[in-house]
Amino acid sequence: MPEGRWKWATAAVAVVVMAVAAGCGSSSSSSSSKPPTKIGKGEGKLNLVAWEGYTQPEWVKPFETQTGCKVSSKFAGSSDEMVTLMRQGGGSQYDMVSASGDASLRLIRGGDVKPVNVNLVPSWKDFIPQLKSPSHNTVDGKHYGVSVQWGPNVLLYNTQAVTPGPTSWSVIYGPTYKGKVSVPDNPIQIADAALYLSKTNPSLGITDPYELNQKQLNAATDLLKKQKPLIKKYWALSSDESDLFKNGDVVVGAAWPIAVKTLEADKQPVKDTIPKEGATGWADTWMLSAKAKHPNCAYEWMKYISTPKVQAQQAVSYGETPVNQKACPLMDQIEKGSCARLHANAPASYFNSIKFWKTPIADCGNGKTDCQDYTVWQKKWQEVKG
Amino acid sequence: MAPVGALAGRPPGAARRASAWLFRRPGLRAALTLTPPLGWFVLLYLAALVALLVSAFWSVDPFTSEVVHKWTTANFKSLIEDPTYRRIAFRTIGIAAAVTITDGILAFPFAYFAARVAPRRLQTVLFVLVLLPLWSSYLVRVYAWRLILAHDGALNWTLDKLHFGSLNVGYSNWAMWIVFSYIWLPFMIVPVWTAIERVPDSLLEASMDLGGSVWRTFRSVLLPLALPGLIAGSIFTFSLTLGDYITPTLVGGASSDFIGNVVYRNVGVANNVPFAAAFATLPMIVMGIYLTVARRLGAFEAL
Amino acid sequence: MRESRLTRVGLGIWTTLILLFLFVPIVIIVVYAFNPSNVQGWPLPGLSTKWFSQTWHDQGMRDALWLSIRAALLATTISILLGSAAAFAVHRYRFFGRETVSFLLVLPLALPGIITGMALNSFFSFWSIDLSYYTIVIGHATFCIVIVYNNVVARLRRTSSSLIEASMDLGASGLQTFRYITLPVIGTALLAGGLLAFALSFDEVIVTTFTAGAQNTLPIWIFGKIRIGQQLPEVNVVVLLVLLVTIVPVTLAQRLTREPRAAAGVG
Repeated sequence: MPEGRWKWATAAVAVVVMAVAAGCGSSSSSSSSKPPTKIGKGEGKLNLVAWEGYTQPEWVKPFETQTGCKVSSKFAGSSDEMVTLMRQGGGSQYDMVSASGDASLRLIRGGDVKPVNVNLVPSWKDFIPQLKSPSHNTVDGKHYGVSVQWGPNVLLYNTQAVTPGPTSWSVIYGPTYKGKVSVPDNPIQIADAALYLSKTNPSLGITDPYELNQKQLNAATDLLKKQKPLIKKYWALSSDESDLFKNGDVVVGAAWPIAVKTLEADKQPVKDTIPKEGATGWADTWMLSAKAKHPNCAYEWMKYISTPKVQAQQAVSYGETPVNQKACPLMDQIEKGSCARLHANAPASYFNSIKFWKTPIADCGNGKTDCQDYTVWQKKWQEVKG
Repeated sequence: MAPVGALAGRPPGAARRASAWLFRRPGLRAALTLTPPLGWFVLLYLAALVALLVSAFWSVDPFTSEVVHKWTTANFKSLIEDPTYRRIAFRTIGIAAAVTITDGILAFPFAYFAARVAPRRLQTVLFVLVLLPLWSSYLVRVYAWRLILAHDGALNWTLDKLHFGSLNVGYSNWAMWIVFSYIWLPFMIVPVWTAIERVPDSLLEASMDLGGSVWRTFRSVLLPLALPGLIAGSIFTFSLTLGDYITPTLVGGASSDFIGNVVYRNVGVANNVPFAAAFATLPMIVMGIYLTVARRLGAFEAL
Repeated sequence: MRESRLTRVGLGIWTTLILLFLFVPIVIIVVYAFNPSNVQGWPLPGLSTKWFSQTWHDQGMRDALWLSIRAALLATTISILLGSAAAFAVHRYRFFGRETVSFLLVLPLALPGIITGMALNSFFSFWSIDLSYYTIVIGHATFCIVIVYNNVVARLRRTSSSLIEASMDLGASGLQTFRYITLPVIGTALLAGGLLAFALSFDEVIVTTFTAGAQNTLPIWIFGKIRIGQQLPEVNVVVLLVLLVTIVPVTLAQRLTREPRAAAGVG
């Protein structure tokens, strides 16, 4: 195309200039307005980013009827996904997110969520003291959401294939069930390996599984690489877990309680336990987007989801622990013994025994700053998986 | 049908004058017809692609996850140096090639039968049957394969009943190969069918008349003429496999990550678009080469 | 070419096997619409029709289905307009970059969907465009254009241009020529291309994941159900419904677009 060459070149340059100009667009700045003092009229819609199982029709339908706010949920399988979704399209796509402790601070620092007025959530005063204003959702006295539920990452096993019932995480790190193990596909899983090492290899000096220096992180990653041949599949979706166990592909693995409940409801021979080395866990907060389009419905949701009845429903349905202390008797009404089994009003010692998810940052506390931050964790996890 | 008689003697209306005016300006007509589609493409699609490529040279702040607009080749460095990404790239390209070859082999006899052997009625039925699976959600079909290939699934159950033992195919690269070949098969069948249909009977008969055996006719006459169709189909099977991340997520095993998974993980999860864009340049380059070769071989006429 | 009896039988068996391969999973999907259990497992524990009414009353499903239909309709319309415009331009006129146009238009299909999705998503973010129904349609139309384009170009190539010239010679205006000559000629190509574009848009999930906001198209709704792994038979019911509804239009389109001795170049 001899005569057209110049025209092509100009067109190409124009496109590039346009694209680069587009690329130089500035990132959105969040406006942190003061939280409202009363809940206004509902907007009729509510867009949520939630963990699978947090918005079951069982309690969403009554909410929709009561408030007229139609709920649409986008499921996310990891905290990373939640952070990304909340930032999508300028940050106004979704109104609320049920973020765990490892996402909440990232969202706060990134200006993606704004403070809420907890006085508009009457049940807040009935929350267990540790989760009223925890450091992962309360910064400088400002509450960036309300806690919703919390729970451990459990060891799930097929009672027919794995006997006697395991009492240690070693069952998923040892060769006995090679090719029949499953763990979550999530960089934060490195913390579970670190937790195991903190008990089995004390010389490494791991005290907090989320604060790892290079040596400790490498040790945890090596353990995971040694574990890889045992893994049938790293589960990413809740259905992965239930399908793997139901169809005999996996007999033991790290799981979330929802998988346990789904399998038990389907009469599968499974049981879950917290092994002696302890467990990691998560404490979730419903956070309000800085650019939420439906803030009144959002406040209605916060009010609703913290009431004892709904807390009980969600706790029993998912298999987690409610933050509202008044939920316990209601849980036993739905399913006998669930309050005790799910440690609903357990002493503080149980709460403290769980190593809740938090974002790994370089600052280790006590003066040291050689801990590996989350981007390194993500790279290491890709190494393990690749 | 132009009403010549009725128009004779009347001055031309506005529309007629406009169309005559346009008729004398082919360049303007070309521009008018071409601008909307090209405009759409250049302004939306190409600009977005170029912006993506440019962002591959940026990076992301670790804690706030904001994009840092400073030129750096760090992303490409880690991709090239880290063996993990090489493994993933080879796995992706390897399985894509395997799927393409498999689909080519599966599709050809089917397409030949449908194009030349089947009677007219049957042809319609076959065509509808080939297209019908495309209307039953891709996701659901992949999910159904999970059930078939699972440890206690349909396949092992059948093999067990036939006393063939059982396979451990579920959640593995083998499973992905089977599922991909299954899903993209209609995309390979249709262009090959079309291409075989376009081969004139007379050519094949002439080859036989000249003494060629069936195999020789196939190899030297039919195959070269049907090749554009095969290549066109392969564009789909190769590219669709190359960029997919859903099938590896649903039926893949512990070591089944594809380029698409890494890209998705970095865009939709880790919010590290620059790194994802950097890794995404690999399939773009591969497909760029593939398309150029395919065009030479005439596949674009057969699409 | 007279194939031997053996070859014909062999090919027939191969074809049947391929059809079995294609349809066994479909049959499983349809059968599992009657699965009484919440979790998918083999073999089927029984039969139940409880999911049919539950699916019908599922507002989320209805919204998703309707959004998918609307998006596919608009995307198909846009791609028919733009695709045939591009086909005419390429067929009729000589201009610089003519060969490159086909290459350009096929890019959205030939490049992996995740790249198209990622590129469009970043683009919308940069210009602070909210993700919505329209961004979904933009994403779909971009890769549907080439499908209509290919069909129309193939058809135009097989049409003799003397028809157009004769019409003009007989005094028809450009518009009349278009309406009475060109349109009928490319009509069935538009139909075939449009139908395939609709199918592609209706079932698209990867690009849509990146261009949809808080809305669900049907595939995204399906993926949500697959994620949580509960009430899955609802998904099977929807697929069964879609299959039943589309058999007729697909067959009709196939009948209409069959040329004697040559396919309409679908796909």
